[in-house]
Amino acid sequence: MDFNDTPKEAEFRIEVRTWLEANAPTESELRDMEPMASSKLWQKRKYDAGWACLRWPKEYGGRGASAIEQVIYSQEEAKIQTPDNVFMIGQGMCAPTMMAWATEEQKREYVPAIASGEKVWCQLFSEPAAGSDLAALTTKAERDGDDWIINGQKIWTSGAHYSDYGVIVLRTDPTVPKHKGLSYFFFDMKSEGVETRPIKQISGASNFNEVYFTNLRVPDTQRLGKVGQGWEVALTTLMNERASIGSGGGGGVNFNRLFKLAQDVNINDKPAIKNDVVREKLANWYVQESGLKFTGHRTLTALSRGELPGPENSIGKLVGAPKSQDMASFGLDLLEQSGAIWDDEYSDFRGLYQTSYMSSPAIRVAGGTDEIMANIIAERVLGLPQEVRVDKGIPFNEIPTSSSVK
Amino acid sequence: MNFEFSDEQKLLKDQASGFLKENCPLVSVRDIVDDDALSYDKTLWAKIGEMGWTSTTIPEEYGGLGCSYLELSVIAEELGRSLAPTPFSSSVYLATEAINVAGSDQQKNTWLPKLATGEIIGCVAVAEAKGQITPASLATESNGSTLSGTKIPVADGDVADFSIVFVRANIGDGASAYIVDLTQSNVERESIRTLDPSRSQAKITFTDANCELLGKEGEGWSLLQKINNTAAVLFAWEQVGGSEHCLEMAKAYALDRIAFGRPIASYQAIKHKLANVYVKNTIAKSNCYYGAWALSTNDKELPVAAASARISAIQAYYFASKENIQVHGGMGFTWEFDCQFFYRRSKQLAVNIGSELVWQDKLISAIELDRAS
Repeated sequence: MDFNDTPKEAEFRIEVRTWLEANAPTESELRDMEPMASSKLWQKRKYDAGWACLRWPKEYGGRGASAIEQVIYSQEEAKIQTPDNVFMIGQGMCAPTMMAWATEEQKREYVPAIASGEKVWCQLFSEPAAGSDLAALTTKAERDGDDWIINGQKIWTSGAHYSDYGVIVLRTDPTVPKHKGLSYFFFDMKSEGVETRPIKQISGASNFNEVYFTNLRVPDTQRLGKVGQGWEVALTTLMNERASIGSGGGGGVNFNRLFKLAQDVNINDKPAIKNDVVREKLANWYVQESGLKFTGHRTLTALSRGELPGPENSIGKLVGAPKSQDMASFGLDLLEQSGAIWDDEYSDFRGLYQTSYMSSPAIRVAGGTDEIMANIIAERVLGLPQEVRVDKGIPFNEIPTSSSVK
Repeated sequence: MNFEFSDEQKLLKDQASGFLKENCPLVSVRDIVDDDALSYDKTLWAKIGEMGWTSTTIPEEYGGLGCSYLELSVIAEELGRSLAPTPFSSSVYLATEAINVAGSDQQKNTWLPKLATGEIIGCVAVAEAKGQITPASLATESNGSTLSGTKIPVADGDVADFSIVFVRANIGDGASAYIVDLTQSNVERESIRTLDPSRSQAKITFTDANCELLGKEGEGWSLLQKINNTAAVLFAWEQVGGSEHCLEMAKAYALDRIAFGRPIASYQAIKHKLANVYVKNTIAKSNCYYGAWALSTNDKELPVAAASARISAIQAYYFASKENIQVHGGMGFTWEFDCQFFYRRSKQLAVNIGSELVWQDKLISAIELDRAS
């Protein structure tokens, strides 16, 4: 056992680091630039030099690199200050779906522009009445000649307000059981009939949107998979989503920060870190954090050997998201009465704990709720059977809904 | 990045697993639990000695295999999974370690070759009363050549040939360690009833018992911390093995048991419970990897790594063993079912070298020390 790179990996790491040091955008370069413009500038520079979307085939804008090379690149880029990545959904979910299901011509036309950051994509799956039960979606597509006409509403669409394209799952046949009546499309977000409205979140930010469709026309050529095969295509997207959301988020509260805070504030005139309850809580979070970190190392080892990682990495979001929330909450407790302040001027650590407290609930829901993640572990890792479903085999338009049973 | 056991180590694990399936089925654990006269499985212990497991980390010059703690880790995981009713942890993780770390050449020559073959059993005697043991709370005393006092409980003290006994010292760290031959007439010992009868414990009374200093006077407590760090990692591997066994049992039962017309494994209440067991087991196992790595490289992070492994493994095993009973319903609470053995063992392992509370405090202390330097 050792934590070191193999000689080949070490060589690759140096190559990455050398390129990043020479090419990462400087502060002066980015001054006065809009966030989107600086993101695009950095992405294009990576693309031009062959450092975008490393694992993708070269013909679609990638580098044809191995999984471990992708990991090494990400580790190195994370060490330096670079513009925010607004391309994660397009690159992490939409492009892999396009590569798996689009025609060769479409792949060559659309995928490289995702790698280069020229086009931003979003994913339109969830609806007000179709979240965890995604296949219950009702936004419909009706055939009209060579086109489909789309009406309905999507929700929780991250980045819809700045996206150029979207991937979408739609109900094309309500008379068959729900998973069988769906079809999958990609479309131009700037088309007529698309209206995007930001959703104000409890954190005060607006990262995602409601998107309304009124007689939006999408050509049949932009359908991925067969009519009625939409669920299968959507699973390609979702598998990639879980891989890319991982355990992240929560606004940057971690053991190190909480440990330092416990050294800085007092309980009964002694540093909080000397309080036994504080020590117990910190110890429990430390072992969770190190457990996740070393679970990641086990996954990396498999990748490094060119093997498929085991199922252990599936615990990341289920452990990480509630942990972030609990740690943020405890950080506020340690701040005592000043924990109530959320003000740029008066908050300690620029409101880190307040921000995290108010944004971490989203991480427990996004990309699969805690409960869905537990189901996934139970079903796919442990092999337990699915819950009995009362809607199985029933035509979609005969299944009771929240509004029909009222 | 190579954060995985080698192919040879994996092979050893498979061999250990196969050997224990054949030689230590749960029915043999039950035999020990059901018969008050039996302290451990002597046949299994003899075979374990023949396999050379007791000699794993003992240097070759003292008759051992001179392997690393990674080999011992994979063996520990399988011993824990099978609930092997033997004095392995006391003799190998603790007594052998203590002599290997602090023994003189002569002491090593006297004890290690026999520990290596398993022909003698060692143990460690620390506790004397309820609550956390500290040097100041020790009543056992020594004049340098004899010692007197009472130790309770001493894991495997009723079957061991010798013990490392920790006594109060007025210098240094407040404690000294002595090697004491338990077969001498100045030692009186009795088996005591325990929470986990598959692991024996004793009350030992020393009355001017002959003893031999191990290491230096007043350095006993540091020695104990050092061997406990090693033992913590190996105990944690045993705990992870046990936790995984609980998950397998609970899963098998949940798939088999029908309620309201379907397997209970299809209810989310059960699925989420088992998913949580899997999560805790995985966290513990990954920390065990970290512990095994730190132990095998004697890294300065060992105190942090050992505590992380121990805390998460204590938590995982407690959770897995209690929820295994819960999934089995009323049957899980019957003597007839095997769930009880894991529940018992989880607590035996959890308190044997210091409880979760003690190790949580140790972990934060180790981090404080690390950050201060």
